[in-house]
Amino acid sequence: MCSNRCDYPQPTQPVHVFYCKVCTFPVEYCEFGSSLTRCKEWLSEDNPTMFDKFYSDEALQTKIGTLSLEAQAKLEKDTAKKEAKAEAKAEAAQKKKMASQVLIKRIERNKRKHVTAILGLEAFDIDLKKAAKFLAQKFATGASVTRNAQGAEEVVVQGDVADEVLELIESSSGVLKGVPVANCEVVEEKKKKGAEGGA
Amino acid sequence: MFKKFQPSTDISGQTPPKSSVQRSIRAAVLSQWKIEPETLEQIWPKKESLIHVKCREHISIYTVHNEPLFFQHFDGPIYPTLRLLHKYPYILPKVGVDRGAIRFLLAGAHMMCPGLTSAGGYLPPPDGALPAGAIVAVHAEGKEHAVAIGVTKLGTEEMKKVNKGVGIEIATHLGDDLWAVQTL
Ligand SMILES: [Zn+2]
Repeated sequence: MCSNRCDYPQPTQPVHVFYCKVCTFPVEYCEFGSSLTRCKEWLSEDNPTMFDKFYSDEALQTKIGTLSLEAQAKLEKDTAKKEAKAEAKAEAAQKKKMASQVLIKRIERNKRKHVTAILGLEAFDIDLKKAAKFLAQKFATGASVTRNAQGAEEVVVQGDVADEVLELIESSSGVLKGVPVANCEVVEEKKKKGAEGGA
Repeated sequence: MFKKFQPSTDISGQTPPKSSVQRSIRAAVLSQWKIEPETLEQIWPKKESLIHVKCREHISIYTVHNEPLFFQHFDGPIYPTLRLLHKYPYILPKVGVDRGAIRFLLAGAHMMCPGLTSAGGYLPPPDGALPAGAIVAVHAEGKEHAVAIGVTKLGTEEMKKVNKGVGIEIATHLGDDLWAVQTL
């Protein structure tokens, strides 16, 4: 850009830290995370040179530094324990996720007008605001995120789109990806109940 | 500071501060860190507005292009995020903890003097001593990159003398809930 060597002070260029794709730590800290086994697997494939730098016998020897051998052994034991714990937790979370339900409610507003309320999407890590926007665009209608009488947040779409929503989930399109269709249920809610409206 | 911090519930709003406020933040950063104006300009260009992310308990996070760069408690000192420090490690003075202290640090503990004064730890020499209340990059024995950012509770010379109790209060560390948010 600047042809004659300018004397302006130049900004310092940032250091590029090599972060672990598994635990997000700089790779030298993977040993303190809760997924060391998976971190090592990933690194040995992704960057064998780095892997050798941190996990060769020599590297393992020097890194112990001033730590006593017992303390190092304890550290390794702790890491293994932490890892097992994290795995169990992840598994439980996954199980819970797979057991949660998504409810698609067709609610009658008056004779011909309906709204469709979708509950429980958040269990599948879906951003409700984004889902509302996506659905509004898809059906060229209005959609919003509202808190229902139970205090849970739901996506409310104007119009009767329950079956279409189910189809979208089935084809796992857009932000609705990741919701198993088997966990979804469409229900009718008639106006007669009378409890509606006030919420 | 970022224990049990959840962006979905702990953030109350995001607004760009007034330009006069932005100027004073820029001035504060330049005076509190060892950073050249042109490098700060590269991180946070003058034409880009900072976004003030208001969080619970008077914590403020400042972002540019959704990337958290600084944070602050009340109107205290301005800390860089750990990711920013990793990019520009020289902007803060360094202290070091020994290997034994790392796992306590990662569990959210403040750093005790013995972990800093032991053979594996590091405190600056007397002619580079730091006063109490200095923002420091906390490094770890045998590691290249900083593991945390904190503030000294005692002067570093005093830490060497007293050698007990909390020496450094940790503001953010690797793997805390601020580390977990890469964009806001
Ligand atoms: Zn890792």
